[in-house]
Amino acid sequence: MAFKVIGKSEKRYDGLAHVIGETKYVDDIFIPGTLMVKVLRSPVDKGKVRHLDISNAESFPGVAGIITPEDVPNKYQDQPVLASSIRYKGEPIVAVAAVDEDTALEAISKIKLDIEEEEAVFDPLEAMKAGAPKVRPEGNLYMYGKYPCRRVVFGNIEAGFKEADYIIEGEYFHPTLEHAPIEPWASLAVPGADGRLTVYSMCQSLHLTLGWLADVLHMEPDDIRFIKWAWRTRQRGSTSLSDLKYIGGIIGGSFGAKWDIQADHIPAILALKIGRPVKWRWTREEDLQYSIYRGAWHVKIKDGVKKDGHIVARQIRSIRDAGAYTTFNAYVVEKHCWVASGPYFIPNVHVEGYCVYTNKPPAGAMRGFGITPRTFAIEVQMNRIASQIGIDPWELRFINAYRQGDQTPTRRDLDSVYLIETMQALAKKAGVKLPDRLMSMTSAERGNK
Amino acid sequence: MDVLKLKVNGRNYEVETDPATTLLEVLRDKLFITGPKVGCNTGDCGACSVLLDGRLVKSCITNAFITDGCEVITVEGLAEPGELHPLQKAFYEHYAAQCGFCTPGMLMAAKALLDENPNPTREEIKEALAGNLCRCTGYVKIIEAIMAAAQELREKRSMIARKEVS
Repeated sequence: MAFKVIGKSEKRYDGLAHVIGETKYVDDIFIPGTLMVKVLRSPVDKGKVRHLDISNAESFPGVAGIITPEDVPNKYQDQPVLASSIRYKGEPIVAVAAVDEDTALEAISKIKLDIEEEEAVFDPLEAMKAGAPKVRPEGNLYMYGKYPCRRVVFGNIEAGFKEADYIIEGEYFHPTLEHAPIEPWASLAVPGADGRLTVYSMCQSLHLTLGWLADVLHMEPDDIRFIKWAWRTRQRGSTSLSDLKYIGGIIGGSFGAKWDIQADHIPAILALKIGRPVKWRWTREEDLQYSIYRGAWHVKIKDGVKKDGHIVARQIRSIRDAGAYTTFNAYVVEKHCWVASGPYFIPNVHVEGYCVYTNKPPAGAMRGFGITPRTFAIEVQMNRIASQIGIDPWELRFINAYRQGDQTPTRRDLDSVYLIETMQALAKKAGVKLPDRLMSMTSAERGNK
Repeated sequence: MDVLKLKVNGRNYEVETDPATTLLEVLRDKLFITGPKVGCNTGDCGACSVLLDGRLVKSCITNAFITDGCEVITVEGLAEPGELHPLQKAFYEHYAAQCGFCTPGMLMAAKALLDENPNPTREEIKEALAGNLCRCTGYVKIIEAIMAAAQELREKRSMIARKEVS
């Protein structure tokens, strides 16, 4: 059978444009009359805006429009677009659109801001304690329905521990990581004569982002503070998805950073308020300090192991430092929990994953949605088991590896399982000589269990 | 405001500018030549790299005034319109561009290297690219592309030399 693409090395569809410098990233799009945005970010980690006076900035020459928290009642998920109740240092409070960035910055320096500072909490383990400063009025834990954590329960963990010859515990920390895509955040919003707003975005999943941005922009006619927006809304009754047009798909690196709306909402609102194109681009410093990142993890594992190397019980408690808002954190914790016990068949599993708020910029998705820190913890734990019970770390993994037909703790029956075969190929490539009893194992049978 | 005269990719320009402006701002915001990118604006990532009178510079930390009367080459000026420089061809064929954002700067750093050293080792290429970051971490492909382009350029030169002799 002749394939058109399979078996051939195809060139990248965008490769030619990249090498001749013709790829247009968001910041490469210039529209005459575009205003530039700068935001006033919170200088404190937690507090309440007591007094905000923008009059000197509004009258500053070159300023075209300013928005404050009271101009934007709608939220992006659980995040205010502009905050008057501050939950992290760097949270946007006021956005200024001006003829250029320098003018916008100078206007921001004229804003009078008084914040009543409150006690902040930065360590998720501290934030979980009773009496800890509250990051959010409703508490410091994300609630999964009525539960304070995501729980995965399989078999009977206590029975598993009773059956075990060894109890082996480990505690693992995974630090914060910044995606640092080489293209810093930028967004360009262009109001059209037809009433539609076009947003040039670097978000990686525009289908999701479109709905979120529509949520932010949606206002009932009586709510309207913006003249231009009010006119359009009164004509139509209310805004809808079709009033928004997203243009994107060209991204200067993401690594998961560009799942969330980070820069689209503020220029969109300003463009609608002023009726001119508005561009917001973050500096590298802003990008590193305030954009989403992989939140830190604390993973505690307690394993029950038989003398022959079979793991019969695995209890995991994972804590994710989510920062101040939910973004993808809740899902990241869920996915972490679904696969927390690793690619091993363990008959008794008990997992609890906590998504904990702290007074830091919101964390978000990054490469693997919580699986990468899980893998780090589990695989170090596997080596710890091997050394404590005196078994070869390869053998321990072969004994416990998923086989065809095994059930996962989330009750999924597995097919197409080839972990044994993969490890055999890996050992060969790495020049590791494994004993015949491992090399003759297959994923089709449970082996020596 | 002062008038800055410079030649970019073979064309002469006169630009009104002030002393706080960088060469990158002149190229992007005044001339709309967007090949050079704003990655860090502090001279660390190399996405803004251009050739200034044949020398590799980071245009984000090059004051525009000192470029008065100079010639600038950006990625857009590497080859004649409609043609590919051997480096561009090799980057395309060897998958040396992933997200593409660092590519214009990488190409200029590679051009500066091959202009000086037509037969670089892998180590010499690594050293020449030390000021250019690829966050997609596609460095191996970039080095392979530069090796391939260097070879093509050497073959071209020896063909021209043979023709001249005959």
